[in-house]
Amino acid sequence: MGSFTSFSDFIQMGTHGLYVWLSYGIALVIFIYNIVSAYLLKRQFFINAKRRLRREQGTI
Amino acid sequence: MKIKMPRWFYQLASPKWFYDITGMLLPWFGLAAILLLLVGSIWGLVFAPADYQQGNSFRIIYIHVPSSILAQSCYMMMAIAGAVGLIWKMKIAHVVAGACAPIGASIAVMSLATGAVWGKPTWGAWWVWDARLTAMLVLLFLYIGVIALNSAFENKASSDKATAILSLVGLVNIPIIKYSVEWWNTLHQPATFTVTEKPAMPPEMWIPLLVMVLGFYCFFAVVLMIRARIEVLEREKRSDWVKKVIENYGR
Amino acid sequence: MNFLLSAIKRELLLVFRRRNDIINPLAFFLMVAVLFPLGVSPDPTFLSEVAPGVIWVAALLACLLSVDGIFRSDYEDGSLEQMLVSSESLLALVLAKVLTHWLVSGFCLAIISPLVAMMFFLPEQGYFALIVSLLIGTPTLSLMGAIGAALTVALRKGGVLISLLVLPLYIPVLIFGAGTVQAGAMGLAIQGYLALLAAILVLSLMLAPFAISAALKISVRS
Repeated sequence: MGSFTSFSDFIQMGTHGLYVWLSYGIALVIFIYNIVSAYLLKRQFFINAKRRLRREQGTI
Repeated sequence: MKIKMPRWFYQLASPKWFYDITGMLLPWFGLAAILLLLVGSIWGLVFAPADYQQGNSFRIIYIHVPSSILAQSCYMMMAIAGAVGLIWKMKIAHVVAGACAPIGASIAVMSLATGAVWGKPTWGAWWVWDARLTAMLVLLFLYIGVIALNSAFENKASSDKATAILSLVGLVNIPIIKYSVEWWNTLHQPATFTVTEKPAMPPEMWIPLLVMVLGFYCFFAVVLMIRARIEVLEREKRSDWVKKVIENYGR
Repeated sequence: MNFLLSAIKRELLLVFRRRNDIINPLAFFLMVAVLFPLGVSPDPTFLSEVAPGVIWVAALLACLLSVDGIFRSDYEDGSLEQMLVSSESLLALVLAKVLTHWLVSGFCLAIISPLVAMMFFLPEQGYFALIVSLLIGTPTLSLMGAIGAALTVALRKGGVLISLLVLPLYIPVLIFGAGTVQAGAMGLAIQGYLALLAAILVLSLMLAPFAISAALKISVRS
């Protein structure tokens, strides 16, 4: 498999498994954070906007 | 100062046009980001050969270098968008600049964190006052300043202009900061072993790096568009087309 | 030019009516410097080693602290708005304000810096480098700080915000300033360092006044 002899060798990354997987984990967390925070902003906006629109139409 | 610009440039200034065109582009950039990031990281993690000196810890390069590049170009984009907003009084440019700041800050954090993790096996310490890492830390401080100023104003128009000025001042300062930090670094710890400047990286190492850089840019474009689109809707919420968008949402 | 001179005269007169504005940064400078021997170690060899950095950091913080008020009182009593709409050059006014701030903070700090240097056992050959580097470096601090002050003058919580905005921009001046003193204390040539500080000063003198006046216009009209 690629430049590794076995799957456990791939997980251990020689002796540097902790560092490699930790940094890929950090990257994944920050990617997910970006997506989720943008999505939450979007949801919050539409919830507020729908409520406001309903209120405005109700008063007319 | 009035410079004649092509027609699409003025079309960009229309919020509705911006909203529609980014809506069209968004899925393609999302698809490209997912593909490039997947291909790049699998290639880098599995198929790229291990470095003869650093072994497998060098695979962190596929996160660290793209995030460093992206954090810097994101600041540049923020400052240029701010300048466009100031010169042509274009609101969309300010929207884009405002959306850049939080993304850029998070990417700078990614670059710093992966740099620190990479430092442990290479230098034996989680943090080393390396010139690149220190300059990235200062860049993060600049982002924090921009975000703090942006959120301090109540009035959107003055907040836009003030942040644009601050990010332009920061942009002028970035080369000076980089130079001074590099100079300071050579003064205090001569001949450190630099990680990213390998004499000649073989293609099976740098092609996945290139793929990752492109993937990071596409990802940035995706988050930027999502954030900018919401901000456009927020600012234009009194107009009819936004009301229509809100009504149609979720149906 | 005439307007610049009269503006400087006005600012100086204002400063002399509130003498605390001169005393406070200097007292702050001394106190911060005293904290280091108390907090770390009074050992002379240690102190003489950290002296360039500590004195420069203390001077930088003293400048930062005082720059916050550079436009504040004129903004609050409305005279800043009058100055913006008047036909006189805004750039000259900004330059006068920054120059006065420098005279009150950076210049005075450079004058009393040998006192702190003595307390930190800085080698005597470093005194000249210390004074000259402060004289050339602190005007840049005033200019950059004034950008931050102009951006935050209309905001209520300006105090902490201005340090977030301005401190990263101070880093090159700190590096080259402390580097000058270190080189001077070791008896090395300091012309190169001073040239770098002067280059940064010229650059900021050319660009900062425009940024400051643009920022003032935004702040006042918000």
